[in-house]
Formats: sequence, structure tokens, C-alpha cells
Amino acid sequence: MDLEAQFERAVEAEQRVEPRDWMPDGYRRTLVRQIAQHAHSEIIGMQPEGNWISRAPSLRRKAILLAKVQDEAGHGLYLYAATETLGADRDDLTGMLISGRQKYSSIFNYPTLSYADVGVIGWLVDGAAICNQVPLCRTSYGPYARAMIRICKEESFHQRQGYELLMTMMSGTDAQRAMVQESVDRWWWPSLMMFGPPDAESSNTEQSMKWRIKRNTNDELRQKFVDMSVPQAQKLGVTLPDPELKWNAERGHHDFGQPDWEEFWQVVGGNGPTNAQRVAHRRKAHEDGEWVRAAAAAHASRRVAREGVA
Amino acid sequence: MSSSWPLWEVFVRGKRGLNHVHVGSLHAPDAEMAVRNARDVYTRRNEGVSIWVVPAASITASSPDEKDPFFEPSGDKVYRHPTFYEIPEDVPHL
Repeated sequence: MDLEAQFERAVEAEQRVEPRDWMPDGYRRTLVRQIAQHAHSEIIGMQPEGNWISRAPSLRRKAILLAKVQDEAGHGLYLYAATETLGADRDDLTGMLISGRQKYSSIFNYPTLSYADVGVIGWLVDGAAICNQVPLCRTSYGPYARAMIRICKEESFHQRQGYELLMTMMSGTDAQRAMVQESVDRWWWPSLMMFGPPDAESSNTEQSMKWRIKRNTNDELRQKFVDMSVPQAQKLGVTLPDPELKWNAERGHHDFGQPDWEEFWQVVGGNGPTNAQRVAHRRKAHEDGEWVRAAAAAHASRRVAREGVA
Repeated sequence: MSSSWPLWEVFVRGKRGLNHVHVGSLHAPDAEMAVRNARDVYTRRNEGVSIWVVPAASITASSPDEKDPFFEPSGDKVYRHPTFYEIPEDVPHL
């Protein structure tokens, strides 16, 4: 039996692929692209919320938000480490991100205009991320699956702190409730877009499902997210901005409208409200940090020379 | 650049009485920074009481393929397992 057939049989039998196993080039390429894109999303995802750390309304909220943004950095690092087990180079990946050659989740190309956005991002954006990520804990590539297990545990805190923040605001003044509703109106559709284009237009889904990299289709996950979010919205007292959203007893699921896919492709293509700003900020942070990296490396090599220790 | 920082493999002891277990890797300029970074990356929620970092380049592994004849010698020695032996039910403590 040739290597490829052996590989496909092992994957179909739900065996995990580990770094030094033989794997098809396409499998390796797909994984590096997907995991890097995911890592970039975590790192860029620090920006929209990091924006609110200095303006959080209390020390408690500030500490929570700091911890959350720090988690995003950690998630990015777990994932970059997973790409390195596939032979990717960390600097190459950073270079691809800051030169715009690799993408990250489009959701982070929308601005955070009010403090309610911190709550809505935790509830809806992290909620959608959890829907996407829980099945990835069983993805076929071992290091990716293990990184996802860690990430999912931590995302649960992200979602709950967001929902709790919103419950607090909803029990406040009319102005606070309006602020939450306005934020939900802006984030609902971009959150639905996080699952990617409809299955019929998703070019990577079929092969990725075959390789057990992906475990559910975009539309399946989107449906799951909508079904999950409706009762949460009711409990919170906000309206999801979709006139077509209603329970379909026959299907046992909610029917819902389609996001504006034209807008989605525009944002993916680099024309979202903050694409340029996000990448420029990341590039500046990387360039500004160059002297720190160089100094630490120089210090380490001098110590080795002087003391003979690594 | 970070790629000139070596790669370190990180092992964490979850609590006293357990082994250190591999949790992932990171880049750091030296061992001391590797331990500090490992604390921030891998133990933000009390996941550990002790951390080891090892230069990834210093690890010698059994073989490039993890399911190969190297482990075959133990495959056909079922008599090494207690379940190999049939003992009547009424023999106590065995």
C-alpha cells in the first residue's frame, strides 16, 4: 500500500497524525495555512479589545479585560508553535501577516466603537469562535488538536465574562441598554460571517473534511451558533437584527437570513473598515520590538561566551 | 529576530506527585527567559507547580516514524501482561 493510501486510511480510522509522520504535501500546506491564519487571528484579535483596557469602567473590568487580551496572545503562541511542528518558520509567518500576504479572521476588521462591544465580542464573537473551535479539538493533526483543547477551555471564560458584562449593562439605564442593542446590531452579521462562505462556495471544505482537519461544514456550524444564540439573546433582552429569524418546528432549527456576502468578500479582500489599521499596528509593534529581540539575543550569546552556559 | 532565538520544549508538572508532561514549545533567547515565558504562556491558570525547558535541538527521538519496527519486539510478547494467565475464579487475591 502506498504512503498516501496508508495515510488516508489512518485518518479515516480517526488516528491522529503526529509531526514526524509521513503526510501528503497538500495536508501539510492546508494545515500550515489554516493554523497560521488562526494564530494571526488571535494576535490581531488583541487589538479591538485592547483598545478598551485603559477605558474599562472599573478595576475589576480592567483586570478581566487584561487577562482576556493576554489569553489571546497565549492562543496565538500555542498555534504558532503548532505550525512550527509542521516545518513552518515563525518569522516567515509574522512576515506574511504584516505584509498582508496571509489573512486573519475578518471579524477583527470591524471597529470597537463602544464599551458594550467588549461584552458583545465576548458573547457573540467568542461564542462563534467556540462553535468553530470545539470540533477542532478532534482535528486529525495532534499538535493542532491539543492547542485547541487548551484554547477552548480558556474561551469559555471569554464568553462568560462578555455575557455577564452585558447582563450588568442591561440591568442599568436605558442609555446602557440602547448601547448594548446598538452593539448587537453591528456585530450580529459579522459574527455569522465568521463561519465562512456558504458550503456551496467554500473551496476548501471538501478536502479538509476528508482529511478530518475540519469536522463540520460552515453552514452546519452557523446553524448551531444561531440556535445557541437565540435563547441567550432572549434572556438578555436584546433583539437579533434579522427579520427572517424564526423557529422552524419542522426542521427543529431556527430559520435565518443570509449575511451580506458582498460585504464579506470586500472585507476579506482587504477593504474592511480597519484592515489597514490592524496590519499597520501589528507591523509597528513588530518593528518597534526589534531592538528588544536583538538585545536579548546579544545578552544570551555573551553569557554563553562568558560562562559557557546556554 | 525570533528565529535566531532557539526553540525550547516545555514540560509542566501539574501538581506534586505527577510527572512533568510536555505541553508545547516556545522561542526564547536563553533558558532563564524560556522558563519565564513558559510560565506566562502555559501556566496562566495554575496548571503547574514546576516547569522544565529543554532546547528542542537537544532532544534525541527514537525514529522519524513513530509506528515502525522499533517497537515491534514487545508486540508479540503478550505473556508480559497479567491477563495472559488463566486462573480459576475461586482463587483469592490473585
